[in-house]
Amino acid sequence: MLDTPDNSGRTPVTVLTGYLGAGKTTLLNRILSENHGKKYAVIVNEFGEIGIDNDLIVESDEEIYEMNNGCVCCTVRGDLIRVVEGLMRRPGRFDAIVVETTGLADPAPVAQTFFMDDDVRGKAELDAVVALVDAKHFMQRLADSPEATEQVAFADVVLLNKTDLVNEAELANVQRAIRDLNPLAEIHQTERSAIAMDTILGRHAFDLEKALERDPHFLDGGHDQSHDHRDHDHVHDENCGPNCGHNHHDHSHDDTIHGSGIGSLSLQAGDLDAGKFFPWINELTQTDGPDILRLKGILAFDDDPKRYVLQGVHMIVEGDHERDWKADEERRSRLVFIGRKLDREKIQAGFDACKLATAA
Amino acid sequence: MPASGVSPSLAPFFFDEYVQHAAFLDDQPVFALADGQVRLFTDQGEQTIEVHDGLTSASISLDRKTLVTGGEDGHVMAMDAQGETTELGHVQRKWIGTVATGPNGAVAWTTGRDAYVHDGKTTRQFTHERTAEDVAFAPKGLRLAVARYNGADIHWAGTEAEAQTLEWTGPHHLIRFSPDGCFLVTSMHDNVLHGWRLDTGAHMRMAGYPTKVKNIDFSAFTARSGKWLATAGANSAVLWPFTGKEGPMGKIPKELGQRADSLVTCVACHPHEAVVAIGYADGMVGLASIDDEKDALLRQPGKSAVTTIGWDNSGRRLVFGTEGGDGGLISIMG
Repeated sequence: MLDTPDNSGRTPVTVLTGYLGAGKTTLLNRILSENHGKKYAVIVNEFGEIGIDNDLIVESDEEIYEMNNGCVCCTVRGDLIRVVEGLMRRPGRFDAIVVETTGLADPAPVAQTFFMDDDVRGKAELDAVVALVDAKHFMQRLADSPEATEQVAFADVVLLNKTDLVNEAELANVQRAIRDLNPLAEIHQTERSAIAMDTILGRHAFDLEKALERDPHFLDGGHDQSHDHRDHDHVHDENCGPNCGHNHHDHSHDDTIHGSGIGSLSLQAGDLDAGKFFPWINELTQTDGPDILRLKGILAFDDDPKRYVLQGVHMIVEGDHERDWKADEERRSRLVFIGRKLDREKIQAGFDACKLATAA
Repeated sequence: MPASGVSPSLAPFFFDEYVQHAAFLDDQPVFALADGQVRLFTDQGEQTIEVHDGLTSASISLDRKTLVTGGEDGHVMAMDAQGETTELGHVQRKWIGTVATGPNGAVAWTTGRDAYVHDGKTTRQFTHERTAEDVAFAPKGLRLAVARYNGADIHWAGTEAEAQTLEWTGPHHLIRFSPDGCFLVTSMHDNVLHGWRLDTGAHMRMAGYPTKVKNIDFSAFTARSGKWLATAGANSAVLWPFTGKEGPMGKIPKELGQRADSLVTCVACHPHEAVVAIGYADGMVGLASIDDEKDALLRQPGKSAVTTIGWDNSGRRLVFGTEGGDGGLISIMG
């Protein structure tokens, strides 16, 4: 398990994913042209239709490297190592970096580059993975594109785009499908990729401490984080509170709907035994890491006054102590997995075995 | 030249830009900066030449008469000792990855999956299936080695002969021939060095580094200098012995200039002697004698990591540069 490094002074990096036609180029053009007072270096696979003249657009051939550490999912984007290091030689030129990936790209190697390469990690900090979704065609993508499905499952922020091309019922349907795939992501509905920049940039999504400051309940399960500008209640159960009693995350039925086997599992407990939990999560991520896209957790350990926050991508898991549990706060451990064909019973049983034995 | 006998003098420079490459261009200190400027120190004073819109890589020619640079602007330029520049190549809308210099004025550069060799008259392009991460010329002949994912390729750039492929799983990002042409060494993204004996293809693995090795340099491979490969990436300069046909296999490397509190980021072997200059992550520059393993301080720690060190022909002066834009000319007497 890696310690979370000091974040001071690192340049934030936003990763844009999304299937062909979802609106990435439009969004990039907005990022580059809108008057937000910030300068972005943009790494693209092809200049394509970016209409903005900007000397900080870098074309880079996507290059996936598997590291020799025996871990099949420990892949990085080799080209990004070079380009990010190159950019970071002159950090005064820009405030942040945006990486655009190809329509079929797996976001994991991009994300992992910012954790596995020490030089990149020392200078740049992954801010968030943003997925664009075409509201009109996403249900079809769920059926025919595992890549598009995984991009959504992996994301921290989902832009449900082209909402003007669907009716209310279709939109609700797509939003529900996204929420089923990814209970942790913020979902924003957009037309022509129009979005306030601060909702996709500067998110600190991989810094759970900051994510929790912004949204203390985001790991509570099932509550609606979507900033739905049209209808707040069209997916009714997403507005439930953390203790509503609905079984939001028993989504094993989703597997048959999506056909991809991608789903999520949300676990809760009181205090955990740290001596049992860490060996378990290490073992689980070593064996099942290839199928675990993301994990996020906030944990209470026995005799530990501080909250412990945990986040992971495949086999890379990072954790750190956060603030103290407040006196009026329930010491409740929460852990959410998003992955492919998660063995729910095994994970649940493993987690349950980490619960602190009560002196009943 | 025992390192313990030196009494160095240091002339500092402040560039405020990442120093990509420091060298002597016809005996004049020259510094290639990441913003694309080259600073040349002549008898008439300092000259600033705007060469690129963003500079990514630079290399001094073997005769030290030409500085070759590559840029974010896709240009590859050659600069002479008067600061006059000539374009050697241009790739549209791509960063030049790296440049290398070879025998008889040959120059090579990379962009993405392509490597180019320019022999003074013509330019040949070699396209690979994976990114050409680094290139290096063999000491003799027009042979170019390319580091890539899962190994290296050696091109006979003057002929139509098929490339020689050397396989080793994993990402290779840095490549150098030994000065006798017998060995090819790469550095890999996962903190190890790999090497091949070119006569048999036998593998060499040099491991134990706490970080990625981003800088390596062979000694002159003469009787005086000994046969060594100096490497950065650890708390000391790690020197692998290359005497004998087996290279460093089964031998223990020397560790010189050890620091408890900083990593070695740059190494530069003396052009004639068994001496290595060592740059550290905290900006310190030192000198170590390989035979008696004694070291001397050339520059106190500064504000940022040493990125480049270059010797002059005589081995009496060296220049260095740092990430934060400090540079210096060090004269070694004694």
